[in-house]
Amino acid sequence: MTAEAAARVGVSHTARFSPAWVAERLQGAVLHVAVISLTVAWMVPAAGLLISSFRHFTDINQSGWWTALAPPYNFTLENYVQVLQSSNMGQSLFNSFMITIPATLIPVTIAAFAAYAFAWMKFPGRDWIFLALVGLLAVPLQLSFIPVLKVFVSIGLVVQNWGFVGVWLAHTGYGLPFSIYLLANFFRALPSDLFESAEIDGAGTLTVFFRIVLPLSVPAIASLVIFQFLWIWNDLLVALIYVGGTKSVAPLTVTLANLTNSLGQGYNLLTAAAFISMIIPLVVFLSLQRYFVRGILAGSVKG
Amino acid sequence: MDLSLLLTDVPTLVVVIVGVPAVLGAYILGGEFLVRRLPDRARGSVRPWIWVAPALFFVTAFLVAPAIGTVFTSFQSHGGDWIGLTNYQRQLVDFPNGGAWIAIRNNLYWLVLYTLFVLFFGLLLAVLFDRVPYESVVKSLIFMPMAISAVALGVIWKFMFWYQPADAPQTGTLNAIVVNVFHQAPKTWLTDPNVNNFALIAAAIWGITGFSMVILSAALKGIPADLLEAARVDGAGEITIFRRVIFPLMMPTVVVVGTTLVIFALKAFDIVYVMTAGNFGTDVLANRMYKLLYQADNPGGASAVAIILLLAVIPVLIFNLRQFRAVEARR
Repeated sequence: MTAEAAARVGVSHTARFSPAWVAERLQGAVLHVAVISLTVAWMVPAAGLLISSFRHFTDINQSGWWTALAPPYNFTLENYVQVLQSSNMGQSLFNSFMITIPATLIPVTIAAFAAYAFAWMKFPGRDWIFLALVGLLAVPLQLSFIPVLKVFVSIGLVVQNWGFVGVWLAHTGYGLPFSIYLLANFFRALPSDLFESAEIDGAGTLTVFFRIVLPLSVPAIASLVIFQFLWIWNDLLVALIYVGGTKSVAPLTVTLANLTNSLGQGYNLLTAAAFISMIIPLVVFLSLQRYFVRGILAGSVKG
Repeated sequence: MDLSLLLTDVPTLVVVIVGVPAVLGAYILGGEFLVRRLPDRARGSVRPWIWVAPALFFVTAFLVAPAIGTVFTSFQSHGGDWIGLTNYQRQLVDFPNGGAWIAIRNNLYWLVLYTLFVLFFGLLLAVLFDRVPYESVVKSLIFMPMAISAVALGVIWKFMFWYQPADAPQTGTLNAIVVNVFHQAPKTWLTDPNVNNFALIAAAIWGITGFSMVILSAALKGIPADLLEAARVDGAGEITIFRRVIFPLMMPTVVVVGTTLVIFALKAFDIVYVMTAGNFGTDVLANRMYKLLYQADNPGGASAVAIILLLAVIPVLIFNLRQFRAVEARR
């Protein structure tokens, strides 16, 4: 518990076992019960699916997942084995990486240069262009699909010819407003003396950017990378539009969505498939949660 | 799994990972090299454009220009003939059940219920969790659904809402509760038009509450502790303190989170696509647009729906811009 939280809870000064002391303890107990039961209730949907994914096909159809919590324990890996063999989850996992890594890297790199210009260079129209980028944060991507598709098809930039290049470029365009916004806000918050003293020392723009700004911005860039990575990894709509459901190219989200629509009663496979799709985001999230939360805070609490 | 494809594609990935930063770095270095050749006065005005040019190109090519193109397409027939407002007319006929009206109605449900409940739960959890020593653990658990895809979230909740006929054992969590605790007939949560929209929205709320909780919790921590201490010394109860001190101070953050949620609600797609595909009266604008484009091969209608979506977002967009400028003015 931090000192601040301790102050907020209000460290008790009442005598032990006095009525006031008992009332305070009771209040505390109610609080803990409320917090823990809310959290447990929140976990139920995911826990139910996780437990189901380790149950036999026949059990899943005959009894609820909660019955598996009582002996005899009868867990199995067959759903995972089967889904990896019968559907193309392995290929999809690979495709997801192929789509996500470049589609994270390209916009973040481009945004870093642009954000630096927006934060520390003067040029006519700078504030208006930045304002337009803030406006674009809210514009639905749907607005862009049809014309971009038309152009992609007419110049042959389709999956069959160019693999994932089209979807990388599209994600770059879609990710840039948020990326520039987040990084520019961070760059601007850097103390201006840093730049001035560097300039007095005769350092050029490049030196300032690569030697001072970038190293200082590692936390912000890390947040952005994680944010963009998870966003693209979990994206369904853009993948459906520019990649489609063909087995050899479909990412995890598309494959999982297709399984959902086609399997119907084959729920045992779907449970395992859903968890396979969650592994990477959960690993990223659990190991880098701090940065992810920071990215969310920087993107939402303006200023 | 086709291993040959895996092997042939990894080099592409490596080329991209190494090549993209290299090309961009070379571009900036080359730009700087050219800028240095310029007369002193021109340097300052040329350099910024070199730095922002790639970003402006992508944003223009993938967002701005296509948006304008979509406006044009929405006034055209499939063959490209100018047909005025016909596409919009087709989307807005036969209120309340024709055209896009069901989707518009459902987007309104999403807008109101999703936004309010997510704010409510986020605030409740932020305030409660702030008072326990194991805050970070419970926060992580609530936040975890944020990391997974809406598709996986849809699978999780399809399982929660699973329906079996009354004589079969209920394997869906909710129907098991309905049957065994409340002794009612099991409900068809996803196909019954009276409840299915709310079922979808509930699933979405579960997924996003962590987002609002984390931001609101950060705002809560920003409230000076002595302010709360002073209120307590003055004898104010916890509920009064929340209503009179905490809530007003958190209002700006609540508004920012609220506007973000409104945008999410208007763009709702994945959960609907996975759980009901927009059938049984659960369609939303984003899903309708997708269906018109891919199933009905009707780009004009799809564009009209996209523009309707944009019109719905515009008030939020203007609000965001004002908010941004107000913050800028305070800088």
